[in-house]
Amino acid sequence: MTDKFVSIEGIAKRYPGAGGATTTIFENLWLSMARGEFCCVIGHSGCGKTTVLNILAGLDAPSEGAVIVDGQAISGTSLDRAVIFQSHALLPWRTVLGNVAYAVSSKWRSWDRAKVKAHAQTFIDLVGLTGSEYKRPSELSGGMKQRVGIARALSITPKMMLMDEPFSALDALTRGTLQDEVRRICLETGQTAFMITHDVDEAIYLADKIFLMTNGPGAVLAEVVENPLPRDRARTDLHRHPLYYALRNHIIDFLVARSKTFVAETPDHDPRNVPLVHIGKPGLTIASGSEEQRQTWTPGTNPGLSA
Amino acid sequence: MNSSLRLRAGLVSIALLAAFLGIWHLATRSTAPVTTMSPEYAKLMGLTATQGKSAMPGPLDVGAKLWDHLKRPFYDNGPNDKGLGIQLAYSIARVGTGYLLAVLVAIPLGFLIGMSPLLSKALDPFIQVLKPISPLAWMPLALYTIKDSSVSAIFVIFICSIWPMLLNTVFGVASVRKEWINVARTLEVGTIRRAFTVILPAAAPTILTGMRISIGIAWLVIVAAEMLVGGTGIGYFVWNEWNNLSITNVIIAILLIGIVGMLLDQILARFTRMVTFPE
Ligand SMILES: Nc1ncnc2c1ncn2[C@@H]1O[C@H](COP(=O)(O)OP(=O)(O)OP(=O)(O)O)[C@@H](O)[C@H]1O
Ligand SMILES: [Mg+2]
Repeated sequence: MTDKFVSIEGIAKRYPGAGGATTTIFENLWLSMARGEFCCVIGHSGCGKTTVLNILAGLDAPSEGAVIVDGQAISGTSLDRAVIFQSHALLPWRTVLGNVAYAVSSKWRSWDRAKVKAHAQTFIDLVGLTGSEYKRPSELSGGMKQRVGIARALSITPKMMLMDEPFSALDALTRGTLQDEVRRICLETGQTAFMITHDVDEAIYLADKIFLMTNGPGAVLAEVVENPLPRDRARTDLHRHPLYYALRNHIIDFLVARSKTFVAETPDHDPRNVPLVHIGKPGLTIASGSEEQRQTWTPGTNPGLSA
Repeated sequence: MNSSLRLRAGLVSIALLAAFLGIWHLATRSTAPVTTMSPEYAKLMGLTATQGKSAMPGPLDVGAKLWDHLKRPFYDNGPNDKGLGIQLAYSIARVGTGYLLAVLVAIPLGFLIGMSPLLSKALDPFIQVLKPISPLAWMPLALYTIKDSSVSAIFVIFICSIWPMLLNTVFGVASVRKEWINVARTLEVGTIRRAFTVILPAAAPTILTGMRISIGIAWLVIVAAEMLVGGTGIGYFVWNEWNNLSITNVIIAILLIGIVGMLLDQILARFTRMVTFPE
């Protein structure tokens, strides 16, 4: 954890509220990510996840504090940090190829048409959209649009990917396929990824670290949960891992109960040193009943799957 | 289903037209000749008196006269007798010039105002006051300062077509979806390139809608403006024929004004369709 590729240092976001008062969405938020790490943020709606992501992207400026990426404080957006938008945000008057090529030609201004096209085509192929290059976004399904968004983000070979609930609007099957693809691509290209999600299983499958945020306003980063699952994991085998349920229950427990009361119950919470939770490592474990950590998987018992 | 609907609508249209022409014909046809009348009086009054003919021309008169005009649209027998084609060409040229000048001013200005909240707020009171002024109210001022009636008419067209385009451009530019702007921002696209690659295509349908409203207004105004400034143009033609008491020519001019207006609107509608994107 010494290598801090991304470091959010004491940022706050305030909006002017009614009657001259200010609403603080969050303040004194500290968070760091190592190079090549996949991090997921989970928290209730309205706690400020998108705000954090926008600040990381440079689309929004924090009211206080700074964000350091690769040793430099960021000011504004950068081609090094690609964003995959929740609403895919494709330009509807451009084709699939046109949308990806727009990003490519924005990064490499001097490239000629053919080179831009060839480069864009590689990434369209990568997300499995070969054959749909000349379709317009209105002719694509939700999953295909999201793939174009992914291809566009990857095509500029960023150092980091920022994803705001990229799969929340998709059906389970498409979501599963795209999760596989994003995971494969991020591992292959060594991306550092920051993803917001509401889906606990998605976070468990994709993340190396899971950030848990409490409810807003005045949200805090309560815990950083380390994913105990091996890096080499398959979506279908997740629930067979002995620590899967412990991890899942810990997160759900947080969302259901502790996210509301965390701030009141933990007065000595230090936002600069957010507790790092290692599920299943005795001594470092916090919360979530200890019998679950010793639980081993037996065929036929699938507690919690329907939760 | 759809094609049968179109067919039936077409049939109804034709029936309505036939009914209209029929009623028009019946209402204006000659009644029995009035017998007792001094020959001098009859000569003076023409067919109106001798055959009980209505002063209003019937569809057949208009059709015959229209055919005359269509056979030789571009003759020129001096200032008060020119072919309808020439008169329409003058009007279209004036509308075209004033309209194009308005496009050249309204769209860049609208872009600036739409992209800058400061300019938008600062210029708003001026636009609000200038917009409701009838374009013809500018005419004396234009005639006084420009001292050329033809250029004054162009100025009036310019001033009346600028507002819908300006307001629509401002609105279209200001309401480009935030996420598209954010895409350009995350790609570090510069302001100029962003204006042309994101804002312009996104706002184009709204801008074209404004242009379409403008061309309609410009065509409405040119007739009135030409009645005032005189000399040439379809508006002047209408006024001149009214002074000649040639209602037939007035009706023909009205018909042509309608058709040209429709064509101008259709051209802009086609452009609008070209830049509209499905979402
Ligand atoms: N422009 C704004 N003015 C005032 N308050 C705002 C503004 N934008 C966002 N907020 C507030 O900031 C809070 C956090 O918003 P944000 O979009 O970051 O939530 P989120 O965690 O992403 O929620 P969700 O999961 O629903 O996407 C919300 O309570 C919202 O009301
Ligand atoms: Mg959000």
